[in-house]
Amino acid sequence: MDHILTYMTFIPIVGAVVVLCLPSTAHNLIRWAAAITTVPPLLMAVWLFVNFDRTQSGFQFVQHTPWIPSFNIEYFVGVDGISITMVLLTALLSFLCMFASWGIEKAVKGYFALFLLLDAAMMGVFVALDFFLFYIFWELMLLPMYFLIGIWGGPRREYAAIKFFLYTLAGSVLMLLALLALYFSQTPHTFDMTKLMAAHTTYGHTFQVVVWIALFIGFAIKIPAFPFHTWLPDAHVEAPTAISVILAGILLKMGTYGILRINYGMLPVATAELSYYFLGALGAFNIVYGALCAMAQKDLKKLVAYSSISHMGYVMLGMASLTPQGIQGAVLQMFNHGTVTAMLFLLVGVIYDRAHHRDIEGFGGLASVMPVYTGVTALAFFAALGLPGLSAFISEVLVLLGAWQKYPVLTAVGASAVILTAGYILWTMQRMFLGKVNEKYVGLPEINGRELFTLAPLAVIVVVLGFYPQLVLDLMSASLNTLNQLVLASL
Amino acid sequence: MTPDNIQSLGYIVPELILVLTILTIFIVDLAMPDKEWLGDIALAGTAISLLAVARLVGTPDAALFGRMVVQDPFAVFFKGIFAFATLAALWMSMSSTEIKRINQGEYYGLLLSSTLGMYFMASASNLLMAYLSLEFVSLTSYVLTGYLRHDRRSGEAALKYLIYGGVASGTMIYGMSWIFGLAGSMDFGHINAALMLGDPNKLAVFIAVVLMLAGFGYKIAAVPFHMWVPDVYTGAPIPVTAFLSVGSKAAGFALLMRFFYPALSHLGSDGTWQFLPGVDWPQLVLVLSMVTMTLGNLTALSQRNLKRMLAYSSIAHAGYMLMGFVVLSNEGLRAMMFYMVVYYLMNIGAFLVVMIVANSTGREDIDGYRGLAWRGGAAPAIAMAIFLFSLTGLPPLAGFVGKFYLFAAVVRQQFYFLALVGVINSVISLYYYARVVRTMFLDFPDGSEAPVTVSFSNGVLMWLLSGATIALGVYWAPLINFADQSLQFFTG
Repeated sequence: MDHILTYMTFIPIVGAVVVLCLPSTAHNLIRWAAAITTVPPLLMAVWLFVNFDRTQSGFQFVQHTPWIPSFNIEYFVGVDGISITMVLLTALLSFLCMFASWGIEKAVKGYFALFLLLDAAMMGVFVALDFFLFYIFWELMLLPMYFLIGIWGGPRREYAAIKFFLYTLAGSVLMLLALLALYFSQTPHTFDMTKLMAAHTTYGHTFQVVVWIALFIGFAIKIPAFPFHTWLPDAHVEAPTAISVILAGILLKMGTYGILRINYGMLPVATAELSYYFLGALGAFNIVYGALCAMAQKDLKKLVAYSSISHMGYVMLGMASLTPQGIQGAVLQMFNHGTVTAMLFLLVGVIYDRAHHRDIEGFGGLASVMPVYTGVTALAFFAALGLPGLSAFISEVLVLLGAWQKYPVLTAVGASAVILTAGYILWTMQRMFLGKVNEKYVGLPEINGRELFTLAPLAVIVVVLGFYPQLVLDLMSASLNTLNQLVLASL
Repeated sequence: MTPDNIQSLGYIVPELILVLTILTIFIVDLAMPDKEWLGDIALAGTAISLLAVARLVGTPDAALFGRMVVQDPFAVFFKGIFAFATLAALWMSMSSTEIKRINQGEYYGLLLSSTLGMYFMASASNLLMAYLSLEFVSLTSYVLTGYLRHDRRSGEAALKYLIYGGVASGTMIYGMSWIFGLAGSMDFGHINAALMLGDPNKLAVFIAVVLMLAGFGYKIAAVPFHMWVPDVYTGAPIPVTAFLSVGSKAAGFALLMRFFYPALSHLGSDGTWQFLPGVDWPQLVLVLSMVTMTLGNLTALSQRNLKRMLAYSSIAHAGYMLMGFVVLSNEGLRAMMFYMVVYYLMNIGAFLVVMIVANSTGREDIDGYRGLAWRGGAAPAIAMAIFLFSLTGLPPLAGFVGKFYLFAAVVRQQFYFLALVGVINSVISLYYYARVVRTMFLDFPDGSEAPVTVSFSNGVLMWLLSGATIALGVYWAPLINFADQSLQFFTG
């Protein structure tokens, strides 16, 4: 199991090649081939979860091979407490989303091949420890995502796809310059993230601030933080269900993951200086702004998209607090948001497949037509609004507890949005599920077994982590405490 | 080493093979009624010439024919690119419907003559030789551009090309006369010694340099000498456009690099070059580089003809490559040489797909590409997407690696503003490249479009180029090492 992370990253690419070789009319064969490809990474993720050494703060399961020696570029992968949660989430959602994609009928072969390529790129981002490799994977995600939104998306898919593409590329080219600046700052020049982190004392002050901001813009576009967020509602609304799940569940986390890994790890002085404005204040603003926007939405998917912006604000606020609770709450929130939002988008897909629209006002009384669906949706909605006993409650409380110690005003602003969140979620539930049954939808079929299969594992995680968050917190606490100490020492 | 004239012949075997091939083509064209063989002869001759170039790798440096031309790794590297560009252009010509209708013997002869001129451009080490070879390439290019005699666009393009070329080369030779006046010699080595050791008038050197930039800038299609590019690229037969966009540009860059670096600067021990103090041409070229890429990209945004769009993209790429030129370091030069190879792969590839579509549908406008992937043209559509995203500079494609090295050289020498302009331009360029991809994949055919078929030979070339674009994007160590070894100029 020495190369387990490499296997997890590249098995989907092998699967993509296999899918490409299958006859394009054998739709079911292609679907099963793609789904089976995601099983080994999932099993390996379970193995990682069991065998991960929770007491170590450093990188584990490391693999190190030269790639382009003349430029000192290496193939270097490994996980620590921050990335392991994301690796688990990626493996799980990749697997579930294959089944959520079963209904795709257009150009099936292309869809699954691109999806598998996307899986590999996402995994690569979280395990890469060579900055160059990280960048390659980061950019590699763009191409499949562009096509997946652009070909299999909704009516305005072309606009949404190119907007996503342009925004993300604009951010990542700044990251490219920042990574070159970091590379040349060292002698011998290196892309090795562990060395770049160890050398954090050698960067000059102005250098740190400039590089920090360049990196931050790249990551903030991905989170997405106001004012770079406008691509997200478009991309979400137009993307097919499974792609929305991946977008919200994993892609958004790459922004905050990148900030923790690179901005915090390599540039602690700038982080200590800038985190209040760029992460704390902006995060609190995002929480309120996202919630207010969500409240105004008529389209269910757009509502969930804006709620994502709001919930990612908690991650930013927690990170900015630089307290153990806050930063652990932030990463836990990344994980929880991944599962909860994935459920929400899957549920939106279920109703859209049946009613062919997502207009919240257009339903009514669904509780009596689709009782099981209503139950699962209620669970996901309650998790999203932070009901005690469900996973998101723990992480939001941790974030607010941590942030309160440093920024009471920001925390008060952020916490007030809990009311807004409850408002838009309960109001949506009332409009969709309660009240008079809409005559048009009396005969709507109940949620089916395949759809339940994609939702059940997420629901279990949401409930279990609501009672026993230590399962995930244990994984990350050692690494996060070390990172937090590093930044605090630079204050 | 300075071999005499007879010994020198041993170093120009690739050129001699080309001359022989050209003569053979003309004779066969006269003697044989069947013209089918002409393309194959040209192809075989160029391939042999390429092998002869490969044999020169590792040969000791030498000054040939009384220091008129030199043999050094730098020249060999570029000759290789020219030979490959010619091979691709010939391959494309043999299946182009445009070329079928014209007099093939002269066409192939002219194409190879142009290659011959490029060979000498890469190895010229004397102002006279530089000018003669550049003019030779230009003259043959004018004729090739205007080769579609019944197409008014082609004739117009050739005339514009000729007029701009005349002005540019006139300006350049005037600048050369200033250099001669200052240095007392036309030999690059002597010019270097005279300017470095003597105390020339700085302003005079600067003016001479600016005047000469007109000629070089015209060949590499840099602003403000780019005006001919859109018309010529649109009007010329597609294989000729592909050939000019890579070969002619690379030849211009080869001459530019050799004149400005070993002839006018000297290399420090740390891999950076020092120019004559007080003559600030890098600042000038820096501005030209930024303007070139920005103007090329912004204008490309509104183009609807693919050839015209690729013409503006080619201008923008001249700007990117100039980034490596202004940082005055070996890293920058190496990045340019690497980029030249990568640019060859993706640009020839893009023009190849344009030709495949034009052969089947007769269309070069973007609407002719609507839903290409969904009406039997999936293979060319995928290949085109690879080439265009590579031109944008997205990993894991070769274009990204090329740009990465350019940006690395720029950041290394701390030209941060230039780097920022460069990356913003990459983002802008995504919009128009992706628009073609969007039309091919995201739009669906409405049934009125003609089907697109790919001939076997075009298919082979297409997959070779796109395969190489991906392969070099994943593992490029051999190529960068080769570029590194080839970055040695003859001095002596």
